[in-house]
Amino acid sequence: MNKTVLDLWVGLFVIAGIAALLFLALKVGSMSTVNSTDSYEVVARFENIGGLKARAPVKSAGVVVGRVTDIRFDNETYEAAVTLRIDKRYAFPKDTSATIMTSGLLGEQYIGLEAGGDSQKLKDKDRILITQDAVVLENLIGQFLYGKAQEGAPQ
Amino acid sequence: MLKQAIENLGNRTLEGVWRIGYATRFFVLILLHSGTAFRRFGLTIREIYFSGVLSLIIILVSGLFVGMVLGLQGYETLQTFGSEEALGILVALSLVRELGPVVAALLFASRAGSAITAEIGLMKATEQLSAMEMMAVDPIARVVAPRFWAGVISMPLLAALFSAMGIFGGYLVGVQLIGVDEGLFWSQMRSSVDFEQDILNGVIKSVVFGIAITAIALYEGYDAPPTAEGVSGATTRTVVASSLAVLALDFVLTAFMFRGLN
Repeated sequence: MNKTVLDLWVGLFVIAGIAALLFLALKVGSMSTVNSTDSYEVVARFENIGGLKARAPVKSAGVVVGRVTDIRFDNETYEAAVTLRIDKRYAFPKDTSATIMTSGLLGEQYIGLEAGGDSQKLKDKDRILITQDAVVLENLIGQFLYGKAQEGAPQ
Repeated sequence: MLKQAIENLGNRTLEGVWRIGYATRFFVLILLHSGTAFRRFGLTIREIYFSGVLSLIIILVSGLFVGMVLGLQGYETLQTFGSEEALGILVALSLVRELGPVVAALLFASRAGSAITAEIGLMKATEQLSAMEMMAVDPIARVVAPRFWAGVISMPLLAALFSAMGIFGGYLVGVQLIGVDEGLFWSQMRSSVDFEQDILNGVIKSVVFGIAITAIALYEGYDAPPTAEGVSGATTRTVVASSLAVLALDFVLTAFMFRGLN
C-alpha cells in the first residue's frame, strides 16, 4: 500500500479516537471533582445523614455549587461530620443552613444550602452551625401512626 | 506407575515455570528494543494501520449495536421504576466503565491479536526471522516491537470509539426511537459520569488490555512451532489466552478502581 495513503488512514484513525475521547470527556462526563485551588471546605454536623454519600452534590437554589468530599463519624459528639467542598465563585453568609434533601421520592440525597443574612462570609475550614437532618421515612411513618393513635384515643 | 505420574507432574511444572520465564524475558526484550519502534515510526504506523484502522469497522458496528441493545433493555427495566430518564446514566456508565474497554479488547484480541500471531508464526515458519538475524537485523526490534507499540496505541483509541459509538446507539434508541426526553438524557448522564473516576479509569483499563493482548499475541507467534499445525494452534491459544487475560485483568482493575467509591 502507498505510504501516504497509509499515513492518511492512521492519521484519521488517531483523530477519530481522540475526538471520541473528547466527546466522552466533554459531552458525557463532567469534571465534578472541584480542585482545591478554586474551592473552599466547610464542615457541617448532622445527627442523621440518612443515605448521603461522598461525591453527592451540594446545591443552593437547585444549582450545584459543590460536592460532598468526606463523611466521618465523630465518636465524641456521636454526630456525622460532613465535609463540603464549595466552588470559590460562590460565597455564602456565615449563618447559612445546610439541609439533607432527597431529589424526588426515591432519588439520590444531596445537601441543600440556604443562605442566611449575616454580612460575614463562610471561609475555608469554617463550620456550618445550622443543620437539618435527613428525613427518615420510617420515623415519619412512626410519628404519623403515633399521632393517629392519639387522635383516636378517648379523652 | 506412581513414579511415572510424579515425573509427569514435575515435568509439567518445570515446563510451566520455563514458559513463564521465557515470556517475561521476551516482554523485557520487547521493551528494551522499543527504540527502533519510535525512531523509525513509519514501521509502527504501518502496524497501527493493520491492527487499529482495519479493526475500526467491527469496533464501530459492535459499539453501535451494544449501545442500542443497552438502550432497549435499560429502558424496559427502568420503566418499571418510572425513571426512564436515568437511561443516559445506565448506558454511559456501563459503556465507559466496563463494556467499552472489555468488549473492544475482546474484539481486538480476535481481530488483531490472532492476525499478529499468525503473521509472526508464519514468518518464523518460513524462516524470515532467521534470515533477518543472518543480515544482522534484530527481528525483535524490526518486527515485534513496532507491533507491540501499535497495539498499545490502538487499543485505547478503539475503546474510546466503541464507548462513544455505544452512547450514540443508546441515544438513537432511547431518545429518537422510544422518546426519552433528550435534555434529561444528556444532563443526567453528565451529572453522574465523572471524568477522572469513570472515563480516565476506562482509558487506563484499555491501555492495560492493549499491553496484555499484544504481548500474548506476539509471544504466541514467536514461540509457535514452525509448522502449519503449530501456527494454527498458536493462533487459537492467542484468542483464548488473551480473552481470559482481559476478563481476569478487568476484574482485578475494577476491584481496585471502583472499590469504596460509594
